[in-house]
Amino acid sequence: MENAKEKIGLEAWLTTHSVSSPIQAWSQRVYFGCKEFVRQPLAMFGFIVIALLLAVALAAPLLAPYDPLQQDLAIRLLPPDGEHLLGTDELGRDLLSRIIYGSRISLYIIMLVTIILAPLGLTIGVIAGYFGGKIDTFLMRITDVFLAFPGLVLALAFVAALGPSLDNAIIAIALTGWPGLARLARAETLVFRSHDYISVVRLQGGSHARVIFLNLMPLCLPSVIVRITLSMSSILLTAAGLGFLGLGAQPPIPEWGVMLSTGRRFMLDHWWLVTMPGCTILIVSLAFNLLGDGLRDILDPRSEQQ
Amino acid sequence: MTQLTQDSELSSPQSKPKPGRSHLVIAMIEVRRVSVTVLLTLLVLLTVTFFLGRVMPTDPVLALIGEQADESTYQTVYEQLGLDKPLIVQFGIYIKDIATGNFGIARTTGNPVIVDIRRVVPATIELATLSLILGVIAGVPLGIVAAVRRNSAWDHGVRFFSLLGHSTPNFWLCMMALVVFYAMLGWIGGSGRVSIFYIDTVDPVTGSILIDAIIARNWDLLGDALRHVIMPALILASGSMAFISRMTRSFMLEQLSQEYITTARVKGLSRMQVVHHAFRNIKVQLLTIIILSYGGLLDGAVLTETVFAWPGFGQYLTAGLMNNDMNAVLACVLLVGVIFVSLNLFADALYRVLDPRTR
Repeated sequence: MENAKEKIGLEAWLTTHSVSSPIQAWSQRVYFGCKEFVRQPLAMFGFIVIALLLAVALAAPLLAPYDPLQQDLAIRLLPPDGEHLLGTDELGRDLLSRIIYGSRISLYIIMLVTIILAPLGLTIGVIAGYFGGKIDTFLMRITDVFLAFPGLVLALAFVAALGPSLDNAIIAIALTGWPGLARLARAETLVFRSHDYISVVRLQGGSHARVIFLNLMPLCLPSVIVRITLSMSSILLTAAGLGFLGLGAQPPIPEWGVMLSTGRRFMLDHWWLVTMPGCTILIVSLAFNLLGDGLRDILDPRSEQQ
Repeated sequence: MTQLTQDSELSSPQSKPKPGRSHLVIAMIEVRRVSVTVLLTLLVLLTVTFFLGRVMPTDPVLALIGEQADESTYQTVYEQLGLDKPLIVQFGIYIKDIATGNFGIARTTGNPVIVDIRRVVPATIELATLSLILGVIAGVPLGIVAAVRRNSAWDHGVRFFSLLGHSTPNFWLCMMALVVFYAMLGWIGGSGRVSIFYIDTVDPVTGSILIDAIIARNWDLLGDALRHVIMPALILASGSMAFISRMTRSFMLEQLSQEYITTARVKGLSRMQVVHHAFRNIKVQLLTIIILSYGGLLDGAVLTETVFAWPGFGQYLTAGLMNNDMNAVLACVLLVGVIFVSLNLFADALYRVLDPRTR
């Protein structure tokens, strides 16, 4: 009984119109956001898949039935059966175990790219939008040049110059991804910068750096988060493409793109070698897109009106 | 440049004429703005490729003379390549070389890169153009239907399909197509542009095997070439189809919410007539989107061509990457960059010329 009462109390606190503290206001936003989010089945599907992916990556040693690098030529190229649920590859390695461990590589790539890309794009975009004038023109010219380039080809050129490896692929993807983010952050900043509360901070003696990092950047965050979630799928696809071309992760790392590339030589007679990793990439990338769409609907009120 | 001047003169009234300033002056300002942007973009592009060429992991001298050459040979070649000069001088030489079409020798083929590029580009243009046609034929009607029947099963279907196309790794789709339609069903030709016994059986008039075969009335060859091109073209088209249908949908939705549509409905026009009116107003926007998506097709062609062994620029680029052939790689990157910039410029100019609202 007490438990139920408490719930009502909490719900009342979360839904009341008389908000008494910033924490309460923030909690209410999260609460209503979650309520909104749960109502979208596709976004929930995306969320569940990504949550599963995280869980699988964390618990990979517990879930994987075999060692992903253990070769056994006696059992090479076995079709899927009870023993090896997704079959084995050309060196007798268990495909399911490799896909499970591959989730770690993919998340590693996505996380590192985001860590490089988000501050870079955000800083450049907000600075350009806040100061305007020559700084804006200069920064946006550079951004335009990078935008005027197809992503994959530019990433290929960077990796070719840096040398093929997983870390260089991550740098290359991040370097090609920031311009879109910078444009977005600039557009957001242009909206916020003329607001009164920004002027108030300035009049109180707040420095430019304070306005940029403490006031403007947090305001840009919602749309930036949506954009990054949506671009995670293309990060995943580009990383897989680079791995496939032998320019990203190197064998025997169980990266999904690398698995497709080695499986390609045997695919005409052994369909599962390319089907399984490919389907995994497709599901995860779809999940990121669905999650991003769902987040956009709750975080970006402007998109609702469309 | 004359082309540019004409375009800009037509679009000049867009920047509001101030009293006392003739249209010619405004046109000049516009031309200057566009040329500055283009030149700057090209300069940065060249700087990027130049420095990428400098930091590459392989020693360009060793790549030419091999590991066994002695010190004096190394020194001679080092100086011949101009590597002893200051960077800025090297950059000047680089720009001069590019301007005269000298991209160096491709290590993989032994030909000058420019010769190789002339050879591979027609194959890519054939593939990308066919994909664009397929993408437009399917994407535009789907987008219109989705907009007209908003929130219907059609709409959700088109949107989901578009999302799916956006999420699928295209190179994987290519492999699956080879497995299913080539290895299992035998419906399509395998890799390459034509089967091996058809290679070089037709005079290259236009560079497109399909058109060349029609000119030569070689119907067997045409059939064979079609069986080879259809899968890569369809898969490559799926990306632009998704993009075009999504854009068509949002353009149409914007038009359909306008008051003139309500008026037309009130007047009793049929649904088809209303859609016709709305479509006329999105034509220009649509055209620019289609031009821009051609650039995306070139990007997608890199992996598609690699999987299907399609002898175009994408395969040339990846082959160069695998063999550390930096001359070939940088020339391809530069080529794609220039094509992208030109397409952007062209789309922009077309938009200003064709759409009276921008004036």
